[in-house]
Amino acid sequence: MEYLILFLPLIGSIISGFFGKTIGDKLSQLITCVLVSVSALLSLFIFFKVVSSGYEHNAIIATWINSGSLNVNWSIKVDALSAVMLVVVTLVSSLVHIYSIGYMSHDPHKPRFMSYLSLFTFAMLTLVTSDNFLQLFFGWEGVGLCSYFLIGFWYKKETANAAAIKAFIVNRVGDFGFALGIFLIFYIFGTVNYDEVFLKIPEIIDQKINFLSFEFNTTDLICLLLFIGAMGKSAQFLLHTWLPDAMEGPTPVSALIHAATMVTAGVFLVVRCSPIYEYSELALSVITLVGMTTAFFAATVALVQTDIKKIIAYSTCSQLGYMFFAAGVGAYNVAMFHLFTHAFFKALLFLGSGSVIHSFKDEQDVTKMGGVFRKLPYTYALMVVGTLALTGFPFLSGFYSKDAIIEFAYISETKFGIYAAGIGVLTAVMTSIYSWRLIFKTFHGDYKNKDLSIDTMHESPLSMMLPLVLLAVGAIFSGFLFKELFIGHDTMYNFWGESIKFLEPLRKEHPPTWFLFLTPTLVVLTIPLSYYLFVKNTKIVDEIVSINMPVYIFLQKKWYFDELYDQIFIKPSKNFGIFLWKKIDGLIIDKFGPDGISNLVKLFSFKAVKFQSGYIYQYAFIMLLGFSILLTLLIVK
Amino acid sequence: MNFPILSSLILLPSIGALFIFFVRSSNSQYQSSKYVALFITLANFFLSLYLWIVFDKSIVDFQFVEEREWISGFVNYKVGVDGISILFILLTTFITPICVITVNATIKNRLKDFLIAILILETFMIGVFCSLDLVVFYLFFEAGLIPMFLIIGIWGGERRVYSAFKFFLYTLLGSVLMLVAIISIYWITGTTDVIKLYELGIDAKYQNLLWLAFFSSFAVKTPMWPVHTWLPDAHVEAPTAGSVLLAAILLKMAGYGFIRFSLGLFPDASLYFVPLVYTLSLIAIIYTSLVALMQEDMKKLIAYSSVAHMGFVTLGIFTMTQQGIEGSIFQMISHGLVSAALFLCVGVVYDRLHTRLINRYGGLVSIMPKYAIVFMVFTLGALGLPGTSGFVGEFLVLMGAFKKNILVATIASLGVILGAAYMLWLYKRIIFGNLINEDVKKMVDLKRFEIVTLWLLVLPIIFFGFYPEPLINSIEVSVANMLDMNNLDKINKLALGE
Repeated sequence: MEYLILFLPLIGSIISGFFGKTIGDKLSQLITCVLVSVSALLSLFIFFKVVSSGYEHNAIIATWINSGSLNVNWSIKVDALSAVMLVVVTLVSSLVHIYSIGYMSHDPHKPRFMSYLSLFTFAMLTLVTSDNFLQLFFGWEGVGLCSYFLIGFWYKKETANAAAIKAFIVNRVGDFGFALGIFLIFYIFGTVNYDEVFLKIPEIIDQKINFLSFEFNTTDLICLLLFIGAMGKSAQFLLHTWLPDAMEGPTPVSALIHAATMVTAGVFLVVRCSPIYEYSELALSVITLVGMTTAFFAATVALVQTDIKKIIAYSTCSQLGYMFFAAGVGAYNVAMFHLFTHAFFKALLFLGSGSVIHSFKDEQDVTKMGGVFRKLPYTYALMVVGTLALTGFPFLSGFYSKDAIIEFAYISETKFGIYAAGIGVLTAVMTSIYSWRLIFKTFHGDYKNKDLSIDTMHESPLSMMLPLVLLAVGAIFSGFLFKELFIGHDTMYNFWGESIKFLEPLRKEHPPTWFLFLTPTLVVLTIPLSYYLFVKNTKIVDEIVSINMPVYIFLQKKWYFDELYDQIFIKPSKNFGIFLWKKIDGLIIDKFGPDGISNLVKLFSFKAVKFQSGYIYQYAFIMLLGFSILLTLLIVK
Repeated sequence: MNFPILSSLILLPSIGALFIFFVRSSNSQYQSSKYVALFITLANFFLSLYLWIVFDKSIVDFQFVEEREWISGFVNYKVGVDGISILFILLTTFITPICVITVNATIKNRLKDFLIAILILETFMIGVFCSLDLVVFYLFFEAGLIPMFLIIGIWGGERRVYSAFKFFLYTLLGSVLMLVAIISIYWITGTTDVIKLYELGIDAKYQNLLWLAFFSSFAVKTPMWPVHTWLPDAHVEAPTAGSVLLAAILLKMAGYGFIRFSLGLFPDASLYFVPLVYTLSLIAIIYTSLVALMQEDMKKLIAYSSVAHMGFVTLGIFTMTQQGIEGSIFQMISHGLVSAALFLCVGVVYDRLHTRLINRYGGLVSIMPKYAIVFMVFTLGALGLPGTSGFVGEFLVLMGAFKKNILVATIASLGVILGAAYMLWLYKRIIFGNLINEDVKKMVDLKRFEIVTLWLLVLPIIFFGFYPEPLINSIEVSVANMLDMNNLDKINKLALGE
């Protein structure tokens, strides 16, 4: 059954990719959708098996690399952690597959699109079911590749191509750290299989290693290097720049890859490696710090963006920050819980925005929308559900998971826990503001689009609405239903079993009551506030903006990261490349190397030619000269 | 073993060349000489495949050894294979028929002579990989220059004469020192037989100089920085088949030489010069990647990327770890396939538009989708994506390097980022974007023979990416023996104070 889950999407991808032209659009859509859906059903089955009986299984498919002491297999490892990921990945994937039928109905390259989606699903599944770091890395780069394909799907758009390459390269920077982490693991443990590594970790906790002339604790170093990889994939602060640009891809892609699945791979990595991270206080502090910074930073940027997808992209970035600082304070299960609920409501928001964009004929600017909630009632309702869930409105899924993160941060004894909790509350408020801003700007107020008449607005087809409804169900109930299982104080150890390691059991006490009520209250209060600011009296916002113009521009320019990286990395690399090529290769090596030598030879032969003038008196003179020198030498001797 | 299978492998192409030489060279017979060449090279491929199958991978010794007296008391003609050389022979016999298939499109005049040159070259290349005598090795190694010199010089582009001479001068100057070293070895030990030399060992006091002499030859051929500048020129001017053979096989002769001779004969010196090789390899990886990033000529870009990839190879060999050396060998095989494929891909568009300038292209995916797919696979192979053969080699090399020197491994890993940058940017500029140029719009997608040749390369690149076991299995014992024989692992550990 594990085999089917893994390989059905691959089969779908191959059929649709290579024979898409032959079998036609309809059939390739049907095949990929059905295969991924079957995979999703089987995943659900496995998940319930894990829940009910603690099922665990590790299937070895074949040998991959076997070199000296390095032995790596292709494998399918099923435990609680991978079962959760299986469900998230295949479920969202199958819904996105179905949604794409409607969304891409005007696109000439449907089979190719479906093929990429299925291929991505396969790569993501190999990532989560790996039993070793190398297959994880395979899936890791595999999803990166599919992301590259899908961001650049509309290959004629210059911006899409640039965004695709950017995504790949920035991820490679993260992978650079990740790869070094794997090398270090192999160097220390002589193996890259999870079980063996995790078993040996306690033996080396005091070991030190010299890395680039810095003295590190080995465990700390492994954790930090792996985390660099996680930062790249999960678009954390400093390596986040690719995610907003990735919105150039079709919207279903954003929902699947850049919200629900791929970008959460970093969180998955940290949770999967909890047996290592538990021993590294330094790394956990770094993760907390990076997580809270990202959560805050991305939320500030999301406040002022006008592109509907970019707002949601920054929101994703910010929510990933939450997951990381949950992991950083040791609440790995809570991080997973937020990952789980987030997949539903964020995919819902993205697909909902896709429906809006579809209705507006590919318009993404929220300042050119407005007032259409009567025209798009279902989309509107579903988007509101997604927003409520995201902002943590009481009793929807985000409420359970996000508030749990803030609570655990508050009660944790780690260095940054309390700060993280503070940032968490602040960010939750900002999240609420920007999310409602998006809703109000898109659906309320005056209709501001000049190119399209409001009468042309109509709801999207059923194939697009059905997945939205299912996701909305998830967004509403997934928190309430799975709360006990994922983060219940006693029940959760039962469920996670060996897949997550807690060195010490999580603390059970609660933060003070006022704190428990703080976030939900603030979140609820921001709804009327936002309505007032963005619909009723927009002048106040304009005034705030005009007073704080530099801040506004700073945020709108996304803290100038792109410009900064361009100046310190890209331009110098290019200039240096030209310098090495033209100056060193051309002017130094060639000039003094081959060209120099051949010129020298030419010069000498030219000189030598002059000796052979053909005049007898010259020869006679040289003979005489030589003879006299020889004679002189003999006499002197 | 009675049937001289290795000598047959070596001689068969030459016999074919002789045969073609006697075929009347009227226009109508060009085709027939091509079929002869194709037949011969394919026969050779199947022969080597047979060799690989019957080869016993669990035995340390050289197999299929043949020995004949040649210059009495001095040199014996001696050939044999171990797990390492057999892979290179396979690579050679696999790539050569592909080159023969492509000649139709690229070679307009003197096709017959071109085929003869390729066949002769194959003889020499196979000879290099199975010689077990230094003099025999040297002869094959140097003789290979001549057909390649002619291929560039006669069938090359506009600046072919300059490039051909640059190629010849560089490689010859390096090799002269190797000849001196071989003669010295004979004086010191009284033999040039490699197997005997392995047993005897060479006194440590001579090793450093001899190592340097061999190094000067191999470094040029690899090519390592700073003696790499002949390669871009040679590639740019060479016809497609020439570029393919040059990148896929000729460069590998040096990497093979490093393993067989530098490590095998001069272990102490190899250890002594590790820092030098590391430094040059790192420069090669970073420097040439940056240069590749800025190239405007497709062939130059791929040529520079070859230098960077070979940097990983030299780095891996001198880590003297099982993973490092196996990774290097794997990387050489993989690069042989990938670079051959990339040069073929350049050839495909060059035949249609007659320019190698990147900015003349763009938007090819709309009119050449089949081309776009295979080119993508090769791009991914070149940037070392997991699931392609490029990944396995690179990753093993870096793993080996990390064991020995963390700093070196870290810097080398940076090359992986740059590799992605230049390859994807190249792909984007050629394949994606809008069709702008009128003449580009008229280009047609892959013809049948192009599909066949390119897919023949796609399959092993992907297959060995997912299942590298057949290759690694073949070299495992030989590499372990190499490390064991010279106590390289132990010496290494002592040096590191472990």
